[in-house]
Amino acid sequence: MFFRDFLTLASSSFLSYRMRSFLTGLGIAIGIAAVILLTSIGEGLHQFVLSEFSQFGTNIVSIQPGKTQTHGGNAGVFGSTRQLSLDDAESLRHLPYVENVNPSVMGNAELRANGKTRRTTVFGEGRDFARAFTMKVQSGSFWTDEDNEQARAFVVLGSKVRQELFAGQNPLGSYLRVGGQRYRVVGVMESKGQVLGLDLDDSVFIPAARAMELLNRSGLIEVQVSYRASVDVNEVIRLVTERLKERHGREDFTIISQEQALEVLGSVLDVITFAVGALGGISLLVGAVGILTIMTMAVTERTAEIGLLRALGAREQQVLLLFLGEAIMLSALGGVLGLLIGIGVAQGLHWLFPAMPVHTPWFFAVLAECSAVLIGLLAGVMPARRAALMNPVEALRAE
Amino acid sequence: MIEFSDVSRNFTVGDQQVQALRNINLTLGAGEYVSIMGPSGSGKSTLLNLIGLLDRPSSGVYKLDGMDVTTLDDEQQARVRREKVGFVFQSFHLVPRLTAAMNIELPLILAGVAAEERKTRVKQLLQNYGLADRADHRPDQLSGGQRQRVAIARATIMQPSVLLADEPTGNLDRTTGWEVLKLLEGLQDQGITLVVVTHDAEIGARAKRQIHTLDGRILSDAQRA
Repeated sequence: MFFRDFLTLASSSFLSYRMRSFLTGLGIAIGIAAVILLTSIGEGLHQFVLSEFSQFGTNIVSIQPGKTQTHGGNAGVFGSTRQLSLDDAESLRHLPYVENVNPSVMGNAELRANGKTRRTTVFGEGRDFARAFTMKVQSGSFWTDEDNEQARAFVVLGSKVRQELFAGQNPLGSYLRVGGQRYRVVGVMESKGQVLGLDLDDSVFIPAARAMELLNRSGLIEVQVSYRASVDVNEVIRLVTERLKERHGREDFTIISQEQALEVLGSVLDVITFAVGALGGISLLVGAVGILTIMTMAVTERTAEIGLLRALGAREQQVLLLFLGEAIMLSALGGVLGLLIGIGVAQGLHWLFPAMPVHTPWFFAVLAECSAVLIGLLAGVMPARRAALMNPVEALRAE
Repeated sequence: MIEFSDVSRNFTVGDQQVQALRNINLTLGAGEYVSIMGPSGSGKSTLLNLIGLLDRPSSGVYKLDGMDVTTLDDEQQARVRREKVGFVFQSFHLVPRLTAAMNIELPLILAGVAAEERKTRVKQLLQNYGLADRADHRPDQLSGGQRQRVAIARATIMQPSVLLADEPTGNLDRTTGWEVLKLLEGLQDQGITLVVVTHDAEIGARAKRQIHTLDGRILSDAQRA
């Protein structure tokens, strides 16, 4: 039998029962659509979260004071956790591969300018802050020198702070009071919006040394080191660890690499995508039962025809393939319909709610269609075997 | 050439053994016209199914054209059926969703004959059986006589050596029945072996050789002068 004839014969039966075949295919279509829709949303969320996390660049390691320990014990006994100092940060600047080093503290303070007062987040950062995090300065620039002993009172404004305190005027060169001290405005950041709940626009950036003094902190919250993209992150971690151990005499700090954090986050999000996809899979299972039902009925209805095919010289295997082919085609066509519905609804949702991240990787679409074919195959096996193994004499007698 | 030696066929119905055929010895020559008659349950249909390799004997040997076909596997038997045997049934057994032409084409499709050759052979047969203008009709759009003619066309398109007809006129009115019978006899004239199972004595009497069965045995085997 030629493949084309096989397709014609296998499709002739479900084409003759249009309504019934459509409804059966619809069962699969709904399942596939659910899987595609849910995984599209899951994948969209995945990409959204990862891009939120990676927008500051991925080749960054952060060093935090204190060692994350897994064994118990009173920290006070052994425990002089030394804080990270500006000198610690400075010492990393000359390590190989390191491009930018940024000491970091954070706190709240009151701003005053033009007779207006505003309480915002104050970031104490290094001069390379914008470069390390690939953030853009809209006008002006970060301070260029950095004397740890006598850092100058410069401030860079977030775009919202500029709007609120210096509406309609150029703030560069103006003075601003931060926690009562006078700072000169040297730059304004480009608007960045909310990043994971933190409004970077509603904040100001001052030299870390000044911020420590202002916020009355004796150490840094974090030191970020950006390194050359071509270098293995573990090599950078090794170098940084070595240098800080040299200075502190022990490993009383924790290094977190953006790359590793993203990897962990990515795999967690993958699991979520997979889990919602599996939920959609349940409705796919219901569709499979529909195919099984309709094929069982078809075999019973067409018993005489099966007998006839055998009398005309069809082999058991040919009968098996005809019914199996019918089940697979029904399911595959339902799958295509489901893909169209799923992708259509996903795009429609995105159009209605632009904030909702939606992404359908073509790999998922192919995988979904393959599973539709597989479902047709599995649901078709039992009825098709029954058809193939029928006694032709008894089959012919059924009418 | 059909040779049955000591062929029996037993069925198990519930917990009872039913002997449908008992130790049949029978030889049908090529090109013969044979009718098999007998009351229902006498084994005539079982005999026909065995000849057509739709069924296997419980014991004994069946040789078709000198070859022992009782030991063949499913695939080989299907091949023999396809190439050497044509069936005509009382209830026509046309596939309802396929056109007359497609129904006739079916054995060629199963045998894997190329599409062009199929078209010409089907067209020729439609012409021969006066169905040319019915090619694209589905069975429910055909009369009883036309349906049986489609069925005969289908049974002969593989040019079999044996044509087995099980009550071919049973579902037809008298006139149409005679027409169909004439058609079958015409094929026999061209050299095909024709075996007709019937319980209609008048139809059975038309065959040169008449076999009567009763209780799974051949009661009589008479040659008309």
